[in-house]
Amino acid sequence: MSLITTLFPLGWLHYLAGGLLIGCAVALLFALTGRVGGMSTVFSSSWSWLIKTPYFLQARYTDSRGWRLVYAGGLMLGAALWWVLVDGGTPQSTRVSAWQLLLGGLLVGYGARLGNGCTSGHGICGLGSLQWPSLLAVLTFMVTAFLSANTLGRWLP
Amino acid sequence: MSAHTNGFQQVLATLVCGALFGFGLALSTMIQPEVVLQFLRFENYGLMLVMGGAVLVTVVAYKGLPRLTTTPLLGGQFQQHASQWNRDTAIGAAIFGLGWGLCGVCPGPAIAALGAGNWDLVYALVGIAVGALLQGVTTRG
Repeated sequence: MSLITTLFPLGWLHYLAGGLLIGCAVALLFALTGRVGGMSTVFSSSWSWLIKTPYFLQARYTDSRGWRLVYAGGLMLGAALWWVLVDGGTPQSTRVSAWQLLLGGLLVGYGARLGNGCTSGHGICGLGSLQWPSLLAVLTFMVTAFLSANTLGRWLP
Repeated sequence: MSAHTNGFQQVLATLVCGALFGFGLALSTMIQPEVVLQFLRFENYGLMLVMGGAVLVTVVAYKGLPRLTTTPLLGGQFQQHASQWNRDTAIGAAIFGLGWGLCGVCPGPAIAALGAGNWDLVYALVGIAVGALLQGVTTRG
């Protein structure tokens, strides 16, 4: 039992339950609509409404920008339901500093779009369709994430 | 032509699936950057259960459903998003990881956190949106 508390100091069931729910969401979206529900594409496809360059006006963005925004809206809705129904609406915050969130986010957005996928796109959908390029992408971002979390993220305030 | 069949039902289904995803992210505390950073610092392996559980269900659906039926329940067709291993994927994934390790936030949680009242993560959301913009304007279409 001490091994379990060492590996999962904050419990383990809610991680597994949450992961299974996320899997069910991706599976159900595929079963009902045939869509592959990664999350990072919405950050490019939504710009296509404002930025009329050939890159953003690619069919893969303009054809999917509507449903991707609805999907993102659903993401907020589901999280709001958890907040109200499960958490009781307690105030949420993070100790991670604003500049870290902003700079980290900038690299996350740029990298995910250059690499065509994030933790859900390559991680869940890519691995879920057993594609080896996604496995390589996951291993790559895991290694660099371990490195930056244990260097930059620790050294800087 | 199938794109417009069952239009309203497709919108509703997409919203509900998004909500299920967001509920799962919130329940598994992935919208708390601290928990993600604990994983990346080898202090809490919960994220492995989240990814493992999600991938397990997804494999079954992606591999199994097209054998059971030729079309999705609300029309259209089963899409395939082929990943490629090339220079952009390698460099992009490496940069993504650097940022993820720095802030503990990835695209899904950045969106979901706003619904769950963790408004500090709006900084990450803005960063991701600007990062995606920079990637798009510096790439030739």
